[in-house]
Parts: sequence; structure tokens; C-alpha cells
Amino acid sequence: MSVEATVPEVADVANRRTQRPAAATKFRSLVTNRIGSAVAVVIAVLWTIPTFGLLISSFRPEADIKSSGWWTFFSDPSFTLENYQEVLFGRASSGALATYFINSLVITVPATVIPLVLATMAAYAFSVLEWRGRDWVFVGVFALQIVPLQMALIPLLRLFSSSELLEPFPFLSVWVAHSIFALPLAVFLLHNFMSDVPKELVEAARVDGAGHVSVFLRIMLPLMAPAIASFAIFQFLWVWNDLLVGLTFTGANNAIQPLTARLAEMAGSRGQDWQLLTAGAFVSIILPLIVFLALQRYFVRGLLAGSVKG
Amino acid sequence: MKRTTARRTGAAVAGGLAFALALTACSGSDLGGGGDDGGDGGGDAACEDYADYGTFEGDEVTILSSIREQEADQMEDTFVDFEECTGIDVVHNGIGEFETQVVVQAEGGNAPNLAIIPQPGLLARLVNDGYILEPNEQTVANAQEGWTEEWLNYGTVDGTFYAAPLMASVKSFVWYSPTAFEENGYEVPTTWDELIALSDQIVADHGGDGVVKPWCAGIESGGATGWPATDFIEDMVLREAGPEVYDQWVTHEIPFNDPQILAATERAGSILRNEDYVNGGIGDSRSIATTSFNDGGLPILEGNCFMYRMASFYEAQWPEGTDVSPEGDAFAFYLPGDDADSKPLLTAGEFVGAFDDNEATQAVQAFMSSGEWANLRVTIGGVTSANNAVDPANASSDVLRLAIELLQDPDAVSRFDGSDLMPSAVGAGSFWTGMTEWIDGADTQTVLDQIEASWPAS
Amino acid sequence: MDFFLYNKFGQMLLVIIVFAALIAVLLAIAWAADRWIGKGRRWAALAVFGGPALLLLAVGLIWPAIRTFYMSFYDAGTNNAVGLQNYVFTFTNTGAVIAFRNTFIWVFLVPIASTLIGLIYAILVDRSKFEKIAKSLLFLPMAISFVGAGIIWKFVYEYRGAAQEQIGLLNAFITWLGFEPVRFLQDAPWNTLFLIAVMIWIQAGFAMVILSAAIKAVPTDIIEAARLDGVNAWEMFRNITVPSIRPSLVVVLTTISIATLKIFDITRTMTGARFDTQVLANQMFDYSFVFGDNGVGSAMAVAIFILVIPLVAYNIRQMAKNRAVRG
Repeated sequence: MSVEATVPEVADVANRRTQRPAAATKFRSLVTNRIGSAVAVVIAVLWTIPTFGLLISSFRPEADIKSSGWWTFFSDPSFTLENYQEVLFGRASSGALATYFINSLVITVPATVIPLVLATMAAYAFSVLEWRGRDWVFVGVFALQIVPLQMALIPLLRLFSSSELLEPFPFLSVWVAHSIFALPLAVFLLHNFMSDVPKELVEAARVDGAGHVSVFLRIMLPLMAPAIASFAIFQFLWVWNDLLVGLTFTGANNAIQPLTARLAEMAGSRGQDWQLLTAGAFVSIILPLIVFLALQRYFVRGLLAGSVKG
Repeated sequence: MKRTTARRTGAAVAGGLAFALALTACSGSDLGGGGDDGGDGGGDAACEDYADYGTFEGDEVTILSSIREQEADQMEDTFVDFEECTGIDVVHNGIGEFETQVVVQAEGGNAPNLAIIPQPGLLARLVNDGYILEPNEQTVANAQEGWTEEWLNYGTVDGTFYAAPLMASVKSFVWYSPTAFEENGYEVPTTWDELIALSDQIVADHGGDGVVKPWCAGIESGGATGWPATDFIEDMVLREAGPEVYDQWVTHEIPFNDPQILAATERAGSILRNEDYVNGGIGDSRSIATTSFNDGGLPILEGNCFMYRMASFYEAQWPEGTDVSPEGDAFAFYLPGDDADSKPLLTAGEFVGAFDDNEATQAVQAFMSSGEWANLRVTIGGVTSANNAVDPANASSDVLRLAIELLQDPDAVSRFDGSDLMPSAVGAGSFWTGMTEWIDGADTQTVLDQIEASWPAS
Repeated sequence: MDFFLYNKFGQMLLVIIVFAALIAVLLAIAWAADRWIGKGRRWAALAVFGGPALLLLAVGLIWPAIRTFYMSFYDAGTNNAVGLQNYVFTFTNTGAVIAFRNTFIWVFLVPIASTLIGLIYAILVDRSKFEKIAKSLLFLPMAISFVGAGIIWKFVYEYRGAAQEQIGLLNAFITWLGFEPVRFLQDAPWNTLFLIAVMIWIQAGFAMVILSAAIKAVPTDIIEAARLDGVNAWEMFRNITVPSIRPSLVVVLTTISIATLKIFDITRTMTGARFDTQVLANQMFDYSFVFGDNGVGSAMAVAIFILVIPLVAYNIRQMAKNRAVRG
């Protein structure tokens, strides 16, 4: 390579480094920006159309939903807010929606926080700490993912029913149940991210005299932020949309059941009023969506951005 | 950059906290201790009616059921005076997945005090597992006074009576449009042959475009897909073979693929699998399998079909504003027997079982088994009961009035829904799936053989 | 104090505070152990970091798993031992062939398709102007419950006879083109594929989120070094990007596979497992909870567990390989 050729190259690279250095950029420039964007747009549109159809349907009267396609809404609009009204204010005597919304929130937040903390700590135990049998125990934890939670419902419920704590603290069993079911996957995911952290970082710190707690709190946690944020979103969604665990461990008690139970209730005793379910589905999406958008910015930062020098 | 993000996070957190605080002010965020207790009992003259049930000091009795929404509100209204006069706090929880949850809660040691059980088969299972206890004498007396022996048998397991019936529904109904019948000069049929003749008449009058058909049907229902077809078959067994054979069939004294059952199924097929007869407004006979039973009757309103065989509770499925009356847009006639005199009636209902023998629990159970409760509930509206003490005039709609009259008709031969009596591996399993396959085109004999093979050994 | 006891939010805050306090205590113990005790140090750290999770798992999952295994050798009410009868039933009942076939199809297609779409999409929108919105759109299906997803796709797949007006999106399109409407959910064996499409629709968002994070984690130094060496974009993708995110790819594929083995909601709500769409997880639910047969239900759960073993084995080998590389 001659000098004249190298200099512009280096300058080029330097330019790009200040702009958007990423493997993705190169990939896109191969496929040309246009084709790549077009593909992305097509995928995005395909993915959104079904949900869009649901959104439109939620504003249509019951009879129309069942007799014509939702796209006819544009040529022959018949708009109604009745479905939303029924979902939000129906059975207003019991303060319906607010109660269930609160229940879902009260159930979901601890059921996200608790397993997250425990799993992060456990992931540390499986990646940084060295101990005999570590790998086999990890395999066991990983394999526990497959235990269907239906199998665990009755034994766990029996355990809780005999406890006195449920009277004053009825949500306790739901929180613990959700935490238990989340652990195998959480530990697995977080362990994988944690293993990506170079050993040198940890070793350097320990050589400097840092104990495990310091390493965990000062080094691991900041680096794990994107992974923790990812899992927090998934766990939040999973608990927010769950019905079976919520129903079972709230003792089928209407007053403390989550939002999903309310939606299932709207299906009515003898069938599905799915014009209500369309509106209900959207009402229950709002909060998870906010959570997703709020935590999303953690992904923008790279896991090891600028932390390793040469 | 960092400061703006920090500020944004702070704003978000602050907003979240404010929102949460606002919600705390909502009554929905209070736990227990709240709510209005009856307070001073005995102040009402009406309490003498409730004197038999005793007085308590705020004991709580929980009832678990699959009744939700408006129906649940209505049912809870029946307890208002009772609670005030006896001091019992009746807490009702209605949930979907009732059949699963009642078993899970019972096995998990967290059973409710009472449960409203729609399937005698499930009742038997809970009794045999030792969860349900016998009711007190008051309940037994009420039950014997209020219902016929057939009904009491359904609440009996191995010779011991456990649960009194609660409400009922009539399944041998055909929904139609009185105005459409009027316009076309059709008469409500009173025998099976007249029904078929009417169907043929409709084919002759309207069968040209391939859209309008005499019958529409829908059997889709999520995990329970197929149950409306089982109802149809049961109605046919009652007519084709008679009530004794029906009893033998549901208790497995005769095999499921007995020739009489085959004949009954084929009779149902003469409508359900007849391309000239079905599926009005939707498609061909196979489309019945993917049409939900809620939507199954709607083509009647559009004039695309004329008859829909479905239970009395379908009344709630008509869109708001539909005139459900003998001269209106929609009404129901009794699915006729083979001749004008025979009145086989397919019914369904629930049974109230107790999981413990606390006095308060038994008091509530006794109240629910009484004629007073039945009349109270029917008056509030929306349902029927097979209790003898119910006055049809109390019914809240014409369809319900008709249903009560049929239920109380001494000539009617009523039988409970068969699939609710069979073991759940069949009644909530192979019978449902078999019927779906049958509608989808499978051979009748093969389907019946498969269902027979799946009947549990014990 | 009343707030914490009698208000739902109060209880929620209480449990979080109590939990935080417990964790703080545990960490304090580990910290102290680090400073003072010499030998027991490692075990103290292990007990603190791994203990709580392992304890919960033992009580909540290991014990039920053992119990399930035990029940699989007994009859419906767990009263009499029946040997391998339940397992024979699991593999030979009339629906077994279909259930196993379908389950295999699900486990093969869903992870591969979801991961592929998630990966491609993640790369395409990485650091673009509309990244946030684009990601949200693909992720949206995950935020919708399975019941909601069932309804959404009902509006897509709905079938009406040829003479009727179509209310399902796909059939409307097909009839507009002049063809006969298709019974998407009713005609076997393709109906399974249409159910699988729903699962892919949901899981692609999951794959995208994880892989997007992994892509962003590829150290820029490596990329620059490769670029200086003059590799083109395709080589970059194949030799740098994919190997770098390989652990995440394995994670995503495995997680989605396991989830696919367990999920029965889609099948149950959209076709009720009729029309030859039965899957093992749904059968297990039916036998355990609807038919009340604990023996067969447990045997089916164990069968599903056995199917997972290859996935577990593959993962173990991958982890061992990664460890060898990382050193």
C-alpha cells in the first residue's frame, strides 16, 4: 500500500470513528441504504398491521366488528367509544378498572425487582465466584426453566395456605411465586451477559484488594445495566400479562386480582365479548409500552463502551 | 447530555410517584377493613324471613363461581337483606377458569366456603377427593321441597345428597326472528317433522344465492370448542332414543358408539351436515367449526338464516337494541319433540357445594337452596330457576318466562346436559373434540368409536 | 404505619423496603466475611450471592419437579402405582403422533425464524434515526397478552364462505385477487404453520432486544481493526459480528425454544387444539387440570422435559467452549 492510499483511508476511518462506527453501518452500506431501509420498513409494517387492525376494531361498534372487515372503517366509518367506556367504567360501582390497574401495578413491581436482584447476585455467584460443582448446579438451574409452572401451583399454594402471613399481606404469595418462576431464565440470561465482562477487570480489582461485594457493586452492576434493563422489561411484561399465576395465588379473590383477570372477566360467564377485549387489550398495553420506552435508552450505550484500553 | 438524561429520569420518577400517590387516594387501593358492613341488624321488618338462618357476628363466607360481570352483580344483590339480618358477610368471587381454579384452590388448601359448580361430574370429583361436605338438614329439606327428584339426583353422589341446585337454563331452544317468520308466512313448528318441513320450505323460498340458509350454527369456544354440538346430539338422543337410554348413555351403561346414539347423531347431522341447511350467512357446514357460538345466531338479524339452536342464555348475546320478544327481532321457540305430546327438555344448571361445615357456611348454603332465594334472584332478572316455588310472572323477559314454564311443566321430561355428567376426559375432552372433527367432515361411526375408546376405565 | 399495612401501595413499598434491607444485611455479611474470615470466605460469598436464589428454586421448582416425576408413576389420583403406563399412554394415545409432530415443528421453526428476523432487523435499524420507534414496533407484540394476540390474529385469519363478505384481512386480500378464501386455521397441516406465525410475531421482538444489545456490545476496536485490514461488509458480518454475538445468539435460540415447548395459550385460544393442531404443552394442561389425571399429566410434563435435554446439552457444550476461549 502506497502512502497516498493509506492517508485518505486513515482519514476516512478517523472521520467515521467520530460519526457512526458500527458493524451495522458497514452491513447497510453493502446492501445500500435504500434496500436495507426498505426491508426494515416492510418488516415493521408487516409486524404492525395486525395490531393496527385491533386498534381500529376497538373503535367500532359490536355489530360492525362481527360483520365486516376492519379496513372498511375507512370507507364506511362508524366510530364508537362504547367499548372503551365499558372497559374503563363498566361496573363503576366497584371502581372497576382503577382497582385492577392498581392490583397489577402492586403485583408487578416487586415481582420484577425481587427476581432481578436475586438473579443478578446469583449470576455473580456462577460467573465470578469459583466453587466446586458450579457448572453442574448452573446446568440444573438452567434446566429448571422447563418445569411448567402449572406443576408448581398446587405445592406452592399449599405451602402458602398454611402460613399466617397471608391474612394481612395477601400479595405475598404472588410476589414470591412470580419471583420463583422468573429465576431460572433470569439467572441464565444475566449469567451470560456477566460472562462477557473480561476477567481482567475483575482480577485487576481483586488484586487491588477489592472484596466480592465491592466488585459486584462497583464493577459488575454498572456494566450490566443494559442486561438488567432488558430483563426488567421482559419480567415486567410477563408478570403484567400473566393470568394463571395471578389468579391462583390471589386465592381467586376478586378484590386483589390483576388487570388480566378483569379482561378475562369481560369475556363474560358464557363466551367472549371480543369487542370489549379489543379495547381492553389496548388499555393494558399502555403501561408496558411506557416501561419499554423508558428503559430503552439503556440499550444505546454499549456494554463495554470505552472501558477496555487496548 | 448526562445532565439532561438525569433530569429526564428525575422527571419521570417524579411523575410516576405523583401518579402513584394519586392512585393511592383511590378507594381501590385500600385493603380489607373497608366497605360497608350491615351494621345494625334486626332493624328491618323483613328480617323475620331470615330468622331461621341464625345470627352471626360478621362471619365471612366466600363463594367461588364462574359468574361474572352483570350477572355477578345481580347475584350479589340477592344477599343484601340476608347479610343485614344475619350479620354474615357474603363475599362472592367470580372468575374465568373456574373449573381449574376450584380444584387448584381446594388441593392447595385454600378452598372457598362454598362453590357454585356447573357440572355434576366436577361435583362428584370434588366429593370423591374428600373436599365437599354434606349440607345441613335445612338445605336438604329445602332441596326436597323445591326440586324434582331428577334434579336432586344430579346433586347426589353415591347415594348421598351433597349439593342443591341453584339456577337453571333451558337448552332445547331454537332462536328465530318473529318478524322474518311473519313476513314469510312461516309458523313455529310443534313437531320434529314440521321443523324439517319448514327447513325445506325455506330452502325452496330462499336457497338460490347460496348465502341464505334455513339454519345457522357455531360451535367455536376456545378450549371448549364443540360443546354446542354436544348439546345438539343430547337433544337428539332424548328424542330418538328416549330418556332411559339417555341415562344409560351418560353413565356408560351402554357404550358411546351404541347404534341408538349413532342414529341420534345422524339425525343431528341431517341438519348440521346438510349443505342446503347450513351455514346461513357464513359459509358451508365446515364453517360451523370455526364460527363462535356467540356469533352463531347473528345472521338471523341480517336475514341470512332463520333458525339457531341454542340455550336460553343466548339472550344476552344479541346486540344492544335488539327487540327480543314474541313479536320482535329475535325470540325462541321450544325445540319440538317427535310429536306434539312428548316434551323432552335438555337443561343445565349449577349446584352449590360446601367445603366446610361452619355454621355460617351452612346458613348461606341453606338460604341459597330456598324458594325465597330463587324467587328473589329471578325477580332481579336475567336468569331462571327450576325451583318449584318460582313464579313465572317474576321472570324478567319473555324468553325466561317461557323457560320457567317449560321447566315447571309436569309433562316435560327434563334431563341435565350430558357432557356435564360424563367424566371430564369425555365430557370436557373427547366429546368436544370428537364433535368438532365430526362437523369438520369426519365419519360418524369413527368419531363415536374414538369417543368410546377414550372413556376412562374406572 | 396504617399506610403500610392497609394500603396496597403501602404494602408494595413495604415489601420492597424490607427486601432491600434483607439484601443489604446479606451484602454486609459478605463484606464482613471478606475482611475477617480467611477460609470460609468463599462459602460466605457463595451463600450470600447464590443462597437466596437457590433456596427459592429448591422450594418452588425443584420440589414440585420431583413431585411431578413421582406422580408420573401413579394413577390419576396418585393412589396406586402404575409403572410406566402413563408414559406408554403419552406416546401412544390417539393424539400423540400429531402432538409430537406439531411440537417438533414449533420448536424447529419458531426459534430460527424469530432469531433471524430479530437479528436482521436489529442490524438494519442499529443507530438509525428511527431506531427507537422501529424497535418499539417490533417489540409491541410482546407487550400484548396472548389473549390479545389471539384476537388480533383472528381478525387476520377469519374465514367466511366464498359468497360472503370476508372479515379477515388475509382472506379479503386473497378474494380481492380473485381466489377462493382459505380456511387458515381449519385445514391441516398448514394450520399449524399459521399458528406458528403468531408465535414468531411475538418472539421476534424478544430476539431483537437481546441481539441489539449484543451488537452494540461488539467492541469498536475490533471493528476498526478489521476495517483497517480491508474486510468488506459481508465478511465483517460473517467473521466479526456473528462470532462476537454468538453467545447471545445461543441464548436467544435456547430461550425461545424452551418457551415454545411450554406455551399452549396460542393453540388453546385460537383453535382449541382442534383440527390437528394439538401440542404437548396443551395436552399436558388438559390431562392435569381439565381431566384431573395427575398421572398422565405428570408423565407428559416429564416427556417435555426429556425433549429439552438436547437443548441443555448443546448449551453446556457452548458454555464450555466459551470458557475455554475466554480463559
